[in-house]
Amino acid sequence: MAIDDGFEALLEPFYNGKSLTDPISTVEDKNQLLPAFLKVKGLVKQHIDSYNFFVDHEIKEIVKANRTVRSDVDSSFWIEFTDIRVAAPDRADFNEMRIENQITPMECRLRDMTYSAKILVDVAYTRERQRIIRRNVELARMPVMLRSNKCHLYGANNAKMELMNECPLDPGGYFIIRGTEKVILVQEQLSKNRIIVEADEKNSIISASVTSSTHERKSKTYVTLKKDRINLQHNVLVEAVPIVIILKALGGLSDFEIMQLVTGSDGRFQDDFVVNFEEAARAGVFTQQQALEYIGTRVKMGKGMKPPTGGAPQARRSGIEEGLDALANIIIAHIPVEGLDFYPKAIYVALMVRRVLMAHYNPKLVDDRDFVGNKRLELAGQLLSLLFEDLFKKFLVDLKFSIENNLKKQHRAIPVDPLLQVGAQGKHITEGMNRAIQTGNWSVKRFKMDRAGVTHVLSRLSYISALGMMTRISSQFEKTRKVSGPRALQPSQWGMLCPSDTPEGEACGLVKNLALMTHITTNVEEDPVRRWTFTLDSGVEPLRCFSGAEMHRKGSYVVHINGTPFALTRFPKRFAAKFRTMRRRGWISPFVSINVNTALSAVHIATDEGRICRPYIIVKNGEAKIKESHLRLLQAGKVTFDDFLKQGIVEYLDVNEENDTLVALYEKDITKATTHLEIEPFTILGAVAGLIPFPHHNQSPRNTYQCAMGKQAIGAIAYNQFNRIDTLLYTLVYPQRPMVISKTIELIHYDKLPAGQNATVVVMSYSGYDIEDALVLNKASCDRGFGRCQVFRKYAVELQKYPNGSRERIGDNDPSVPKNEILSNDGLADVGRRVSSGQVMIKKESPVDISPTVGLERRSNEFRETPLSYRLADPAYIDKVMVTQTDKETQLIKVQTRQTRRPELGDKFSSRHGQKGVVGIIVAQEDMPFSDSGLCPDIIMNPHGFPSRMTVGKLLECLTGKASVVKGRKDYGYGDAFRSHPLEEMSKELVNAGFSWEGKDYFTSGITGEPLQAYIFNGPIYYQRLKHMVQDKMHSRSRGPRAILTRQPTEGRSRDGGLRLGEMERDCLIAYGASQLLLERLMTSSDGVDIDICQRCGLFGYKGFCSNCKTSRAVARMTMPYAAKLLIQELISMNVGVRLQLEDEFPHPR
Amino acid sequence: MAPSKGRRQPPSAEELEERNTVGINKETVTNTTSTDYPGNYPDEEHAWDKEYFRQNFKVQWHQNEQFEAQFSLIGVDASIANAFRRILIAEIPSLAIETVYVNNNTSVIQDEVLAHRLGLIPFTGSKKGIREYMTFWRKPGEGEDSYATTFDNNTVSLKLAAKCTHRKDAPKDSRDPHELYENAHVYARDITFEPLGGQPKYFSGDDAIRPVNPDILIAKLRPGQEIDIDMHMHKGFGWDHAKYSPVATASYRLMPTIRITAPILGADAEKFAACFMPGVIALEPVTRQEARALGSGYEGHEGEMKAVVKDPMRDTVSREALRHPEFEGKVKLGRRRDHFIFSIESAGQWDSDELFLEAVRILKKKAGALRPQVTNMVYAF
Repeated sequence: MAIDDGFEALLEPFYNGKSLTDPISTVEDKNQLLPAFLKVKGLVKQHIDSYNFFVDHEIKEIVKANRTVRSDVDSSFWIEFTDIRVAAPDRADFNEMRIENQITPMECRLRDMTYSAKILVDVAYTRERQRIIRRNVELARMPVMLRSNKCHLYGANNAKMELMNECPLDPGGYFIIRGTEKVILVQEQLSKNRIIVEADEKNSIISASVTSSTHERKSKTYVTLKKDRINLQHNVLVEAVPIVIILKALGGLSDFEIMQLVTGSDGRFQDDFVVNFEEAARAGVFTQQQALEYIGTRVKMGKGMKPPTGGAPQARRSGIEEGLDALANIIIAHIPVEGLDFYPKAIYVALMVRRVLMAHYNPKLVDDRDFVGNKRLELAGQLLSLLFEDLFKKFLVDLKFSIENNLKKQHRAIPVDPLLQVGAQGKHITEGMNRAIQTGNWSVKRFKMDRAGVTHVLSRLSYISALGMMTRISSQFEKTRKVSGPRALQPSQWGMLCPSDTPEGEACGLVKNLALMTHITTNVEEDPVRRWTFTLDSGVEPLRCFSGAEMHRKGSYVVHINGTPFALTRFPKRFAAKFRTMRRRGWISPFVSINVNTALSAVHIATDEGRICRPYIIVKNGEAKIKESHLRLLQAGKVTFDDFLKQGIVEYLDVNEENDTLVALYEKDITKATTHLEIEPFTILGAVAGLIPFPHHNQSPRNTYQCAMGKQAIGAIAYNQFNRIDTLLYTLVYPQRPMVISKTIELIHYDKLPAGQNATVVVMSYSGYDIEDALVLNKASCDRGFGRCQVFRKYAVELQKYPNGSRERIGDNDPSVPKNEILSNDGLADVGRRVSSGQVMIKKESPVDISPTVGLERRSNEFRETPLSYRLADPAYIDKVMVTQTDKETQLIKVQTRQTRRPELGDKFSSRHGQKGVVGIIVAQEDMPFSDSGLCPDIIMNPHGFPSRMTVGKLLECLTGKASVVKGRKDYGYGDAFRSHPLEEMSKELVNAGFSWEGKDYFTSGITGEPLQAYIFNGPIYYQRLKHMVQDKMHSRSRGPRAILTRQPTEGRSRDGGLRLGEMERDCLIAYGASQLLLERLMTSSDGVDIDICQRCGLFGYKGFCSNCKTSRAVARMTMPYAAKLLIQELISMNVGVRLQLEDEFPHPR
Repeated sequence: MAPSKGRRQPPSAEELEERNTVGINKETVTNTTSTDYPGNYPDEEHAWDKEYFRQNFKVQWHQNEQFEAQFSLIGVDASIANAFRRILIAEIPSLAIETVYVNNNTSVIQDEVLAHRLGLIPFTGSKKGIREYMTFWRKPGEGEDSYATTFDNNTVSLKLAAKCTHRKDAPKDSRDPHELYENAHVYARDITFEPLGGQPKYFSGDDAIRPVNPDILIAKLRPGQEIDIDMHMHKGFGWDHAKYSPVATASYRLMPTIRITAPILGADAEKFAACFMPGVIALEPVTRQEARALGSGYEGHEGEMKAVVKDPMRDTVSREALRHPEFEGKVKLGRRRDHFIFSIESAGQWDSDELFLEAVRILKKKAGALRPQVTNMVYAF
């Protein structure tokens, strides 16, 4: 049975209103590739792909690299991890009695457990000189990403999903850690192992930097041109080292060779570079020996290779050794030095120098840090792999330590079995991973990485908010820095990152979202590609064979793979073309990119992970490769997107390769020079911006506002929304599919899980309660269910166990107590009962005595009531009560309450065009204006909302919606970006149905019964109810709780706090002279307290007596703020003397 | 409008026509405000005159069915017509479910939502019983028994009990819930009426309380789910909640007028006809007589088709004719200010025509209540 993932409807018989037998035009229907792409890739495929890559390949590589542990105590002992794999998720509280140990994500959510699977290893080790092999030993537990290939949801059809209580439309790609859904956001960072040239105009410094990243370490190397001198800087070096010294140290090159390597035969560069030789000469460095010595003395101590722990302390190494080690292993570490062959590294350093010199002459060659091709996206798999590698290495160290501890013991009764230790130490891996995902604190010591906020709780406010979270990219830039560059829209973002979907405020432009067709690459092995290049084209020869003069000769192109030069060719175009042909034929992975950079005379091949790419249709000789027959096969479901990839009809281009192409937007734009054709222009937008109808007619910030608001809209969350027990869940009672939709809406299934209703809107002013974007609502519409929503809240209790064996319990109900009214006999609230403030929902009781028992002393069996009661002012109904156990075998009780709310004054609504407004007044139906046909609006919107906002899309939505309602045709209501229905057609429909062509109709006032003097624009507009509701925000206080320390009123609505009269308000009152009001606010209504003050010593007295002066004669009573009194006493307690001197401002007229 | 008794010349027929027409222009509506009160026109009195009203007031029926009635009121002011419309929507009492007692509800529809859905279902029954026997129910006061005000003459009791079970005889490969399960869908017809006290006298047989439309879907169930509820219906007003409104909608529009001021001929005439709803404009050949008349614009066009206004009532006032430059100055649109084409769509408890009469009765009653107050107000001066 085919997987019914919802794309069938789009692909099969009637997609786009066409049946299989209808004629197909490639121009019109090439967009069918889009659902085909999403079917294969999905919206969150990048997360899942990355996780799959980690659990299937990377984890094995990590273990392979650190497989053996040997003991320093017993040289015959070793333990080796021969293989590792991740099993299917199962219950952690494994029980032989259970038939099924398979666990579903829903069970984890409800029971507050972690959705994880065993990590199994194959181990070989010695015990008493015997070699023992054990398979499938449990090492630790790995959190499983939902819908990854380890997950039970992988490849499940709708029926199976339903059986598991899972929503088939849920995107997956997140983890469930102790019942909460956690997403590892995509992280954006500068690409590693690539040279980036930067210029500091102010100080006229040009520097080339490279972040070398290997499995062992991460470090950054700079080559800087400052005042004509070129130096190399690195963290391991105490000071910048002249570049010639470095180059001399790298393999003993002669001055001539160095000059050639850097400058080639270019006289300008030679003139510039020659001064650096003097620098070396001045330092007295002429030979490699001297150079290494020079560098060695400048290597920071304690850095780099520490003597291995436990081994004999090594002799202090000589300067030369230090220098050699630093150059070979630390500086530019990603260029491996094999057999002390420093030439590749010398080439690399020379290349950096050359780039600096080139940038010095041509400022255009300075790299753009914000160019998307210079960025890499780090996904869940990569982050987990970093974490796992760190934890695994730590595990090996701990394992070794604890085994050695055992081996050290003399006279062992039983031989040391390392398996026990594996299990014991392995749980630190489990804990480490769980903790990292739960807290979002990613700390990897090797890389000095200490990131907070990597993970977030998956927002389940609406389907869109969850989906939007999965495509979010967060940047590493600081939010506080005032630079516009990283925040600005980059031209290279086209098609890769959504131009609309970014938050407002401090994270603006730093948090981005993926566009609809974006794919993020996973790692492809570099070596096979490297070998391929040599067999592919005989004109490509290893770089090792050439000198600098040949490398930099005009017309010679250096071939780089992942930033590392490795070959030379004089036919870059031919080579690139051959390479691409091979890729299109499927001999090379489709995600390997190649591009020719003529400015730098370089060919770049990239195979690394985290590049952003996107599919395009290949165009050959001015003709698109995709033909009618292909689309027909696609429609019939006979081929998939991947087949087209293999057939060379479409290919993925990353941002760098895009620079080598000429992409036509539409088929009509194809010329002889065109290399690619866009699949569908509206895919430059992301999933969230795709909800907006006619976004290309809106002012761009409005689309951005809608992207933020679409995530706050109340609607359907998932098909399993009523099975979930979330902390806070909003649902709409009658959600509707938007009248005007887009292809994106269909693709992301927003039409199946909508968040809003089609309101009949008239645009006119009414009553004055509609100023400042306020809306006028029809009371009858609200009566009939418009905007009605439900709020579910979770209340949970875990029954604690104490070390003395006592445990909390649910008490029997005593119905005579009024607050226990809604409880049933079992001490839990009855489902369906109405619960109001103060009533008990769970009658929990805690033992009085929780101290550990000593000896046989009998502890008291008394319990005190610690019930969970309902605290909100507005009553709710008990929706669900769940009693279960966590995996720690403690009892867990969750109660869900439900409120049903109709719209009220002040509730927030928004259309899909960034036009938000609150309800200003709710008007009876008979007062509403009505049209000739008796039509009466649900919402009246003030026309002043339009001129300054310029949301023409909203007008078009209204008109298109009206036409499709009138015509009764679903396919009329499409408002896709750049391909929406022509407006004239809509107007014609309206006229045919007897409406005005421009959507403005004759209305009669409901109040006077007379005609309105203007024609009123009206029609259906999709309105979203936003989560901000008056009921959750309104707050007032007359008297109430006070803070214990200061005796001032508490702060915040949740604590029934007061409204602060702040400093500025105080200033106003002073300026106005309202002294009595000020006195009342600051004393009577706050923390005024009567205090005895001794006028003689100036200290506080007590009960009219000064204990300092031992008299009550000079004690006066006055009122002061308690906080001031507290301050004085605190100062006194710190030995700061404070005396209060009193004087009568209005002396007694005696 | 009552006749003028002023000293000036009485207004001409054109002026009367002009006064009685709301102007429909390209972007504006003109002459909208009511003028039917004394002293509006200088030297004309226009005081209310019963005889004048009796002569000029007309009612024309266009359609009269249970769920939809259309008729024209000619010769009243907008305020009176609007009062009828407002009363129809909000002030005619009707019977609807007000209280729902949930004994058991294990369906996916939450109690509140279920109750809300039930409230909106229109019911009908003996009209006499609803109008005469049923009185208004008062909410019991604080501390009072919750049924203290509930009697047979103000409460109708209903019951809905449905339990979904597997059907034994279901075809094996069926996926249709109706075939697979008993009571998969709960409809309005499943609500049963439970007569109380003196109710059987009025509400029995064909006059029993029953949903107007038996096919309204209330909830969907699956095996093991059950709905068991009791409901109380009371009389209420539309201003309280839309469920008590006896109409789906009640509205009126003014009679459109179309005046062709210059001849529209041939292809233009066809285009002109297409600017209106079918039937509004007819095409007729220009008669010899017209062609002979000098200055009519028809000279020499005998036999050509010309556009004539046939049935302006069908016009929807889309103003399409005003949009095209070729008709500029040739057509004048308007609406008759005192001709109200009412459209009443009953929700089903009452017939549409009854509702209008009820509205008239209520307006009369209100006027009766107003009269002594106005009198007192004058005396108080």
